[in-house]
Amino acid sequence: MSIHRKIVDDLIGAQVGFVTTVPCKQLAGVIAEVDAHPDILHVPSNKEDEGMGLCAGAWMGGTRAAIIMQNTAIGVTINALATLIQYYRMPLPMLISYRGELGEPVACQVEMAVHTKALLAQLNIPTYHFHREEDAGELRQILEYTYMCNKPVAVLMDAGFWKGY
Amino acid sequence: MIRYEMLQEILPVIRDQLVVCNIGIPSQELHALEDRPGNFYMLGTMGLASSIGLGLALVQDKTVVVIDGDGSVLTNLGSLPTIANNPRGNYVLLIVDNGSYGSTGDQPTYAGKKTSLAEVARGCGCDHVVECAAEETRAALEAALAGDRMTVIVSKCESGNARMPVIATDPVVIRDRFMAAVAE
Repeated sequence: MSIHRKIVDDLIGAQVGFVTTVPCKQLAGVIAEVDAHPDILHVPSNKEDEGMGLCAGAWMGGTRAAIIMQNTAIGVTINALATLIQYYRMPLPMLISYRGELGEPVACQVEMAVHTKALLAQLNIPTYHFHREEDAGELRQILEYTYMCNKPVAVLMDAGFWKGY
Repeated sequence: MIRYEMLQEILPVIRDQLVVCNIGIPSQELHALEDRPGNFYMLGTMGLASSIGLGLALVQDKTVVVIDGDGSVLTNLGSLPTIANNPRGNYVLLIVDNGSYGSTGDQPTYAGKKTSLAEVARGCGCDHVVECAAEETRAALEAALAGDRMTVIVSKCESGNARMPVIATDPVVIRDRFMAAVAE
């Protein structure tokens, strides 16, 4: 089974029915799987804070929601995370393509990579880092944990995890 | 007619609907007029009311009325293409367009100058956009609720605010009772 399929299987297993995405090269495979799955309503968003609004609404409507995005989006979603997701105590799994790590060909991506974990730590967001494919074995549990505690939770998936792109 | 007077007029029409209301004075005015569990007040996060309402409308069947503002729509302009491309008949976006950032001192917005939000919404692909005077908003809203088409209403109001108290209700209480109203 491809890693993309495994991630979507875990979303389905955790009863996630609504997913919004903003693309990244590393995420192309998983976004295609999300889009093709009949049990997931996939609504692409134009910016990640908009996507967090969509997820907040879907969750209040009774459907578990998740966002798939790149780590650069941490820079544009701090206010939405603090004043919407955290303030109203909403669960939000963030499956994040972690650009700017080992294997990164684009220098500018490193500039946000060096801030990513610090910003998530500053926000007290539980953060998991997938570096090897077997690390994804915890994804299902991370999703359940997120809906148990009603918090945003970050899963950073780096180039090593995606095995290049 | 300012926003508060328009809200007074539409109150009987939105009373039985799920309402997602824009940050700041709009939520304070709605809260002061009639506080109820079916109102979701945004206490922060300028711009996301239309997105929250869309997410809610897409996953369940009850009608969702979003009360947004021209300044907030300009802040989250990317929301309009998402709305247009994921239409659902239970979604009504009411943009209170008073040409000003009311909660921050009535600074003018570009919507009060050259930019037409109705044309922007149409350009984004929203099929059913109604622009009306504030006085016609109630009728426009009634028509939108009677039909089964996703509707964007741009209500042209005068700039101005009614000074109401800040909402002190805990956000988790607002969210929890709203979810109960959704599930009811």
